[in-house]
Amino acid sequence: MGARDRISGATQDEVMRVLSGRQRGHRETGFTLLLLLTLVMALAVLIVLLLDVTRTALPVLKDRGLDILRNGYSSLPQDAGIKQGLIGSLYLMAFVVMFAIPLGVGAAIYMEEYARDTKVTRFINANIRNLAGVPAIVYGILGLAIFVELLKSLTGPGSVEGKSLLAGGLTIALMVLPIVIITTQEALRAVPRSIREGGFGVGATRWEVVRSHVLPNAAPGILTGSVLSMARALGETAPLIMVGAVTGFLATRGGFLAALQQRFTALPTLIFAYVKKPQDDFQNLAAVAILVLILLIFAVNLTAILLRNRYERRW
Amino acid sequence: MAKVAVGGRITVEMLRGDARRLRRERVMRGLFFSAAALSVVITVSIILSLVGGAATFLSKVDLSTLWSDGWFPRRNLFDVKTIVAGTLIVSGIAMVVAAPLGLGAALYLSEYAKPRSRRALKPILETLASVPSVVMGFFALRIISPDIVQKLFGSSVPIFNLMSAGLAVGLLVTPLVASVAEDSMHAVPSALREASYGLGARRRATSLRVVAPAAVSGISAAIILGISRAIGETMIVAIVAGGTGGSLFNLNPLKGGQTMTAAITSLATGSDQIRGSGPAYPSLFFVGLLLFLITLGLNLASERFVRRVRKQY
Repeated sequence: MGARDRISGATQDEVMRVLSGRQRGHRETGFTLLLLLTLVMALAVLIVLLLDVTRTALPVLKDRGLDILRNGYSSLPQDAGIKQGLIGSLYLMAFVVMFAIPLGVGAAIYMEEYARDTKVTRFINANIRNLAGVPAIVYGILGLAIFVELLKSLTGPGSVEGKSLLAGGLTIALMVLPIVIITTQEALRAVPRSIREGGFGVGATRWEVVRSHVLPNAAPGILTGSVLSMARALGETAPLIMVGAVTGFLATRGGFLAALQQRFTALPTLIFAYVKKPQDDFQNLAAVAILVLILLIFAVNLTAILLRNRYERRW
Repeated sequence: MAKVAVGGRITVEMLRGDARRLRRERVMRGLFFSAAALSVVITVSIILSLVGGAATFLSKVDLSTLWSDGWFPRRNLFDVKTIVAGTLIVSGIAMVVAAPLGLGAALYLSEYAKPRSRRALKPILETLASVPSVVMGFFALRIISPDIVQKLFGSSVPIFNLMSAGLAVGLLVTPLVASVAEDSMHAVPSALREASYGLGARRRATSLRVVAPAAVSGISAAIILGISRAIGETMIVAIVAGGTGGSLFNLNPLKGGQTMTAAITSLATGSDQIRGSGPAYPSLFFVGLLLFLITLGLNLASERFVRRVRKQY
């Protein structure tokens, strides 16, 4: 007691100021604003992009409207449309659903439910994670080497030379496979062990437990992951270009099976081709195609988010 | 098939499971294992096709051309340093954009944003991450190149240049960096934050001196993943970086250039497309192998950082 506990005048004022909340803390506000600015800039890009695309696409849409969706490729910009791109992209999604999702879910079930923690299992896991990080164009090279060159006779005999819808679809399916595996693994891991033990307790085999107890509970997460992988597949261009997607051709007559061994195209490759053309009219068409592609991807992402919110369970 | 006790004795036969169910179990297990093994098959196929093609290339090419004036496949000039320089310049510019923007946004979302705002902003960030790269390429060609790069650096800059490509790739990679870094920052235990606030530190000090260092492994992983993604990016550079038809060794970002990824697409279907028995076609496998090894190394490094995070908490 005494002189020690009497604070000097200047410090006393400072303490009073801080305690009464009147000190503004300029450096604090400055920093906060800086951070907010980075966030705004990151988001502003999306908005500016959407505005520019819409502004460029609007005149063409007003002029020709739904015509664009119905027309195929043409070297005359007034006649060109995006029909083949749209159908091609939808066909490619069919490949993802038919191949990537079953194989991916199956692989994830093995890794999470059956495999024991051995070196081999850890290696396979690491391998899957590495595959998820491989650039898309390397998958394109893989597709080129295997589906186009090696399996030429199967995928696209004759003048197609292997550069067919089949080759493109399989390449895309391989590319999203790691994503499906990883998201399904997370969904399976989220199911509590007690659920499985309930099944084992009454004498069920492992597959019976997975089928009746684990999968129904993990289904929402698996579904969300699969839908997200489809959104990713919709936007990929590089592998399709490597496997020989051409701008203008897709066998639209005869349906899916007839188009399998023929040349193909998709929305992203169409956009790529139109963007590279110097004429303004083609640039506007590219904008329309981009709008359609973005809407498609957003719709798929929204579906995934809604599914997740609706069916997500909290254990 | 009921196995009824006969005379009260239980035999092993009774305890064996139903043969049909056991067989089904074995079949399903085999199917699932094949699916998992497929992933290894894929990796092996990737490595085989890349190495095979690269070997073909190296056997056919005049090795002196690997260190020449530029990348001109049609003239059998395969100067590797040209395309590597292009990739490094574009990725470098991209990270200069993506690191501050991504980390800043992540820090704001994790430490400053109210929970309700965070719940609204995170999906928007993830939507940004789903913008396809062709669309970014369109954006680069139509807005970044004319309205930003040419305005900033003068109209003598060609419309196809590495700077525009770098900026666009940076904007493409920002959401990825932000997302991974934010997850890592958000996962820092609140106890650490509360200790800091309890000592009288304010938000800036807490964020920079407590949260960020605690999340440094995740932040490094985010940046490395960003670099890996930037290096592997193809469509933006194919559209706006220039370099079609070949390019000279160039370190100036305000000029056009060729990157590894764009070189591969040109060789397959673009301006450098040549079939036949020369070294031009297999050179794409050689470049692909380089690209694969670089991104593999980066991804392994980032995984090591993530593993270190898991150990601490």
